[in-house]
Amino acid sequence: MEIANLPDLGPIASELTLAIGGMALLLLGAFRGDGALRLVGYGAVLLFGLAAVLVIGQPNETVLGFHGAIIMDPFAKFMKVLILIGSAVAVIMSLNYLEQEKLDRFEYPVLIVFATLGMLMMVSANDLLALYMGLELQSLALYVVASFNRDSLRSTESGLKYFVLGALASGMLLYGSSLVYGFSGTTNFPSIAEAATGHGMPLGILFGMVFILAGLAFKVSAVPFHMWTPDVYEGAPTPVTAFFAAAPKIAAIALFIRVMMGAFPEAVAQWQQVVVFISIASMVLGAFAAIGQRNIKRLMAYSSIGHMGFALVGLASGTAQGIQGVLIYLSIYLVMNAGVFCCILAMRRAEGMVENIDELAGLSKERPVLAFVFAMFMFSLAGIPPLAGFFAKFYVFVAAIDADLYALSVIGVLSSVVGAFYYLRIVKIMFFDEPAEPFEVPLAREVSIVLTLSSLFTIFFFVHPSTLISLATTAAASLSSGAVAVVGH
Amino acid sequence: MYQAIVFLPLLGALIAGLFGRSIGDKASRMITTGFVIISALLSWVAFFEVAISGNWTTIHVLTWIDSGAFEADWTLRIDTLTAVMLVVVNSVSALVHVYSNGYMHDDPHKTRVFAYLSLFTFARLMLVTANNLVQLFFGWEGVGLASYLLIGFWYKKPTANAAAMKAFIVNRVGDFGLILGISTIFLTVGSVEFDTIFAQGPALALGTFNFLGYTVPLLETICLLLFMGAMGKSAQFMLHTWLPDAMEGPTPVSALIHAATMVTAGVFLVVRFSPLFEFTEFASTFVVVIGATTAFFAATIGLVQNDIKRVVAYSTCSQLGYMFVAAGVGAYEAAMFHLFTHAFFKALLFLGSGSVIHAMHHEQDMRKMGGLFKMIPLTYFMMLIGTLALTGFPFTSGYFSKDAIIEAAYAAHNPAHMYAFALLVIAALFTSFYSWRLVFLTFHGPSRASKEVLSHVHESPSVMTIPLIILAVGALAAGAFFSSSFVGHNFEAFWQTAIVHNPTNHVMHDFHDVPQWVVLSPFVMMVLGFVGAWYFYIARPELPKEMAETHAPLYRFLLNKWYFDEIYNVVFVKPTFWLGRLLWKIGDGRIIDGFGPNGLAARVLDVTRGLNRIQTGFVYHYAFAMLLGVAALITYFMFGGAH
Repeated sequence: MEIANLPDLGPIASELTLAIGGMALLLLGAFRGDGALRLVGYGAVLLFGLAAVLVIGQPNETVLGFHGAIIMDPFAKFMKVLILIGSAVAVIMSLNYLEQEKLDRFEYPVLIVFATLGMLMMVSANDLLALYMGLELQSLALYVVASFNRDSLRSTESGLKYFVLGALASGMLLYGSSLVYGFSGTTNFPSIAEAATGHGMPLGILFGMVFILAGLAFKVSAVPFHMWTPDVYEGAPTPVTAFFAAAPKIAAIALFIRVMMGAFPEAVAQWQQVVVFISIASMVLGAFAAIGQRNIKRLMAYSSIGHMGFALVGLASGTAQGIQGVLIYLSIYLVMNAGVFCCILAMRRAEGMVENIDELAGLSKERPVLAFVFAMFMFSLAGIPPLAGFFAKFYVFVAAIDADLYALSVIGVLSSVVGAFYYLRIVKIMFFDEPAEPFEVPLAREVSIVLTLSSLFTIFFFVHPSTLISLATTAAASLSSGAVAVVGH
Repeated sequence: MYQAIVFLPLLGALIAGLFGRSIGDKASRMITTGFVIISALLSWVAFFEVAISGNWTTIHVLTWIDSGAFEADWTLRIDTLTAVMLVVVNSVSALVHVYSNGYMHDDPHKTRVFAYLSLFTFARLMLVTANNLVQLFFGWEGVGLASYLLIGFWYKKPTANAAAMKAFIVNRVGDFGLILGISTIFLTVGSVEFDTIFAQGPALALGTFNFLGYTVPLLETICLLLFMGAMGKSAQFMLHTWLPDAMEGPTPVSALIHAATMVTAGVFLVVRFSPLFEFTEFASTFVVVIGATTAFFAATIGLVQNDIKRVVAYSTCSQLGYMFVAAGVGAYEAAMFHLFTHAFFKALLFLGSGSVIHAMHHEQDMRKMGGLFKMIPLTYFMMLIGTLALTGFPFTSGYFSKDAIIEAAYAAHNPAHMYAFALLVIAALFTSFYSWRLVFLTFHGPSRASKEVLSHVHESPSVMTIPLIILAVGALAAGAFFSSSFVGHNFEAFWQTAIVHNPTNHVMHDFHDVPQWVVLSPFVMMVLGFVGAWYFYIARPELPKEMAETHAPLYRFLLNKWYFDEIYNVVFVKPTFWLGRLLWKIGDGRIIDGFGPNGLAARVLDVTRGLNRIQTGFVYHYAFAMLLGVAALITYFMFGGAH
């Protein structure tokens, strides 16, 4: 019995939770004042947990809502859970840091909650407008978070740069969307897919697709739309950088996949070329440019550019196997990234954070366990078996080879060899160089817990990889099966 | 029993080599020496069992390689030839082990020398018991390795290292021939088993093969290649240069490797392949010519050398030439007999020299000795016996074996037999001269050593002199005792089929019936040599110097060993160094490293630098890059025909 023409809210239960919860936290913070950081922070983590439970509770089938503007399927579930984990970890990691740096303002967790809300909407977008709404919600929150340390010149500069370039990218995306709409007469992905079939695809739609691709590539910081990344990563406070490198990247890749597989499934041959190009460019640039870096955060920026290149290898194959590879890649990348940034947070002396990698010299003598874990993350990022990072690369490259993308695979493997150099150099500095001044400040308890969990996952992933792989398989299958079950209206 | 003979030295080597540090040097010495002594005693039992009673056998140890048509097993081939070699190798080796206990007493690394000695013994035994070419090659290279290790034993001495390398590299030249020979045999016969190969001997003699358009007789080629290996290992003319330098090793090593056992491997190889060499004309003539030339040439150099060990070394080289002449003319039995007796008296001379050197505190220059016979009488007498045997004094062992070779050279029908006969007789004169020169310079006349050295001269301990006495017994009696078996009327029953003769080859019977002057000639030469040496070094000691001055070019020619080292240096070593340096500096350094690893690394850095320069920090640059990217993609889709 319908009371009113109210849409079915089931598919967006988690988004609603975050939206309402976020506003509640904002009120809570406003009433409690600046001392409420921890309270609001744990509230945000709780919200993420609740949202994750709601996501997991969704049916394992494709559900459309809001007249087809929103889609909820196993792929979205998988991605949303990843994003929520990433966001929760980012909040947990930042609390202690913010207190130490006298940045303990309650807006921070609230902004993260709204950014995450935007991300969840991106993942569920099945319409160009829904896409744009989610993307902008996420981006606006991120611009603010980037310049969160507003007394720091570098932090504000990075926020501004991010904003200006992000606006440019949004403009491109919008321009592309309007082209697509103009040539296809619709903003809904499945309808666009019908209009843009194979050889009869109008050049306008193709151009629109390229512009949309450019806008999305900016969000995943793929070459040549990556240039903001090093500056923003370096300038932003470290936990913000950790956040930037994980959840938004996952959301952007999810959106990337969603748009390409949802709106342009018949144009694989076309967008595959673009993705191959930006994938190669990202892997190569990530590998080469990082070698010259002395700042660990800049280095991680190039590292994340390279890793996005590797993830795009899976998308470039355009198959369910490739998407599965991407999902596995992102999951493992999320964990490794969290672990590495925990280690970076440990680079603290009495006078404050240090970011030069030479400061890590001789860490193995002062803090052997930390150095060991750090080294494991580096080996894993470099893709050395049997650590998790190896399997991440393995699945995307197998997919690429099965899709006959040999040049891409060879270049990818070669650039991972070049990339191994700077990861291994950090290991060398920690284990073989003359000790520098030690880091005296111990890690906060919550950061240690994140570090322990992520290192255990990275080191022992090979023992039991099947759960993650089967989840990724289900998620990837839902995307490419094409069997769209329309429920609701 | 045969397994024990062969593998006990290996066991000793492994124990001393791997656990020498933990069990201490005394235990290592005891174990290695004990094992080799047991092995030596068993060898004598085996000798009587196999050679005298005629109980030949083959023992399959294990299958080694079984790959398609290629099969090679570890098998011990025990025939008379093997038994003789077992006795020679193990007896000398055991005595050298015992002797080394005294000689190496003050060396801090003595466990190592014992491990190497035992390893060498094992490799040498592997060589003589081989039943196929691959196993023989294993032993062949094994002795090469052990020899390298032992020559370079005092690795802190640059000259020792250089000598070790020289020995190894010169041997590679010969080994290259041996490998080619083995490969040729496998290609044509299809097997590396001795029995299969030997059965093919007459058939192979008729075969030919094409090489670069020439038709080459097959068997001649095989035998020449095998002999090339023998020349390297046995230090024959042109590949001899390593042997004198190898004296850098400890003296017991010289006795074991460079007198009695290793250098005779080449002779053994030729004798073992008598079923093939018997059917060649050119190859066996070549063997004779090389052997005779070496015998003469090495003897001439021995005349003027001043280092006591080098004199003995050139003497060895020369005596090996005698053996090859015998093998070349078909008197393989005589070659083996001389190998057998030579092992005793040459080991005696080397160990005796070692005793002298030990007494003189590692002084090897004979010009700084003299008049030692009163101070070390036992060593003196032993050296005397060795010298008598070497020069072929009647009824010593050298007399029987060397004269047999000279007579066989005369009686043979080989095209080069008179050349060989003449050179061997002259070499006998020189041998006598330089041997007595050594004795006179070292033991007689006024002493030329410093007072300080003289005050410390002492007879060696009994652990060193007892081996000398045992060897002296052999040097005196072995010839007379075994003459009839080896080369006398019983030789066919003794050797059975271990040595094969061409039906037309009667040299083993003919040499008993040579004219009387031929029989007497070596004796006359020996006496002449003795008188000459006495006149030069006892009666008129100033004469050698005058001679050297009047015939300065000849003297220098001999003193510098016919300038072989200098010629090789210019012809081979310098160009090789030049080529090596070219390939290293330019080929590897500049081209491979330059464009490969270093070049790549430098390019990577260039790329990195370029990329970091693009990262200017200006927003409009970044925006420009983004627009450029979009423009490029759009252009690609418009004109690239991608859609």
